[in-house]
Amino acid sequence: MILWHKGKDVLFSTILTRHFTIPCKENMPPVLEVTHLKKMYRQTEAVADVSFSVQEGLCLGLLGPNGAGKTTTMEMAEDIIQPNEGEIFYRGQPRTSSFREEIGIQFQHTSLLNFLSVEETLQTFHKLYRESENLNLLIQRCELQPLLKRRNDKLSGGQLQRLMLALALINKPRLVFLDEPSTGLDPQSRRNLWEIVLRIKEEGKTIILTTHSMEEAEYLCDKIAIMDQGRVIAWDSPKQLIKTHCQGAAITLPRTAFRLDLDRLPFSWKQKDGQIILEIDQIHEGLSVLLNLDVDISEMSIHTPNLEDVFIHLTGKQLRD
Amino acid sequence: MNLSRMWAMFVARNYEFFRDRAAFGWNFAFPFLIILGFGFIFGGREYQEFKVGIFPIEAGEEFFLESSVPKAFQNGRYLEFIPFLDLQSGESKLRHQKIDILIDRNSPTHAYWINDSSPKGYIVEQLFLASFKTNETQAERQLIQGLQVRYIDWLFPGILAMNMMFSALWGVGYVVVRYRKNGTLKRLKATPLTALEYLSAQMFSRIFLLMFTLAVVWLGSDLIFHFQVLGNYASLAFVFFLGGLSLCSMGLVLAARGTSEEFTSGILNFITWPMMFLSEVWFSMEGAPNWLQNLANVFPLTHLLTAARKIMNDGASLSEVSTECFFMTLVTLLCLLLAAYLFSWNE
Repeated sequence: MILWHKGKDVLFSTILTRHFTIPCKENMPPVLEVTHLKKMYRQTEAVADVSFSVQEGLCLGLLGPNGAGKTTTMEMAEDIIQPNEGEIFYRGQPRTSSFREEIGIQFQHTSLLNFLSVEETLQTFHKLYRESENLNLLIQRCELQPLLKRRNDKLSGGQLQRLMLALALINKPRLVFLDEPSTGLDPQSRRNLWEIVLRIKEEGKTIILTTHSMEEAEYLCDKIAIMDQGRVIAWDSPKQLIKTHCQGAAITLPRTAFRLDLDRLPFSWKQKDGQIILEIDQIHEGLSVLLNLDVDISEMSIHTPNLEDVFIHLTGKQLRD
Repeated sequence: MNLSRMWAMFVARNYEFFRDRAAFGWNFAFPFLIILGFGFIFGGREYQEFKVGIFPIEAGEEFFLESSVPKAFQNGRYLEFIPFLDLQSGESKLRHQKIDILIDRNSPTHAYWINDSSPKGYIVEQLFLASFKTNETQAERQLIQGLQVRYIDWLFPGILAMNMMFSALWGVGYVVVRYRKNGTLKRLKATPLTALEYLSAQMFSRIFLLMFTLAVVWLGSDLIFHFQVLGNYASLAFVFFLGGLSLCSMGLVLAARGTSEEFTSGILNFITWPMMFLSEVWFSMEGAPNWLQNLANVFPLTHLLTAARKIMNDGASLSEVSTECFFMTLVTLLCLLLAAYLFSWNE
């Protein structure tokens, strides 16, 4: 554990000067590139220094605790708020008025026009763009058919999120921003939303999403930027992040499984609630040792590190507001 | 400026208005109730001072120097004396019930003029007659020439314009602030819709609704009160249209910034109440201090009402109200440009 903390310090000092880029497929300029973004709200520094870029067809996830600056970064990239410092390029060029024709946004907090049905809302937004998606296809994709005549304010959380996603896709966007798209959804709705997002990805659209769900990030994202205190503190694919920051695994066994003196074990261990937790580097090596020591592994459970472990490791366990 | 986008927002806003049954109903009920209230309950009377026109009086001249007006009347309570240069200028005000009686201060026969359809005129006439001693020469009663304007005919455009003002300022200003607060505007900002397109759509939607409301309330009230319109209906509609535009554009300036509905509500009250009292909605500003009358001229509602009453009560043509129309157009353009310049989708 101590090594991890040392690692974090090293990581911090190197990351702050790096610019993160999702690998280029065909030498194309990145779809979106932000450099040294900074945003202040009076005396509060919401975003300190953020740089990254994302190539066509990939999904970038912005992860971070509350107040890390994810939404502010996202809204600067979307051209909803202006940065105090830094630059943003769309396909290698500064953004122009046509930028909004080519992006789709699903906001974290937003509202729709009152007293309009789902169908009328879709039709209204459909007319706001030069080029629009076929409404029937969109309705089918987002499973809105049974809701078309229902008023916006009568929709459940999941239904509203599907409508918001449909609005984000209504102009056939090439770049889609999803700000915590699954917040407040039940597991079924969340899975449904993920499938829709995966289908968007398969069409070659570029996606930038923020989320608090590590499961969602692992499932959908090709690259992940972990943010804290207005900066990107780690950047890589989910697998590589885990590999870099959380090596090894934990094996849990009941105390009764061991007939030997625990101090003879060749790895570090701790005892909790009658269970022995072993910290090992490689699962197969650990198992081999246990079998050689004649340990009963019938009630064994193995915990491999996941993105949440990386997240907690990098951002700490303290509560954030 | 993309008309398709504007049209989409115009239609969406109209849906909202027509489906919000409570607000929709109140928009019609409010002016009806006011008109009916004044028409039936108070019989068109007002509880305020009586306005007595005195002529001929040069600027700065004392009102009753060597005057034939009885002392008792000169010292009467609840009487406000307003000077006029000659009979003609006083008669015009009397016709429109901006004053209740007109008296020739030098007339040996104590000549006075009355608008026969004015209830207040009748009362003040009784006061005037009662002020003569029994052995004094009795006053010579005159009626004004031409069509007399009933109080309800004078009041009606005021109530319509007042309703228009409230609907324009609150229906645009307040609603846009609410949309900003709940994030609706932020969602729209993510689309190619421009501020000018959005604001224009809001304004035209409200104008459409205002004119629709105006027509319904007018027809309904006319069935009961049979208003007299001496001028052209099209000119009158045009003046109300311009007035509505200028008031809506004022609402857009108020809505350009801010996310606090409470603050906006305070600002709206701060603007609407002085307009309601100074723009001659309920009573004439005749006799009010000059600075107050000048202040009233800053408000588009004053010009809307002046033009509407000239057309309705005097039969004025559009060219005769061109100054008022020009002012309202100017206010509209300035406010719309200012609103588009100041407008923020999310702050």
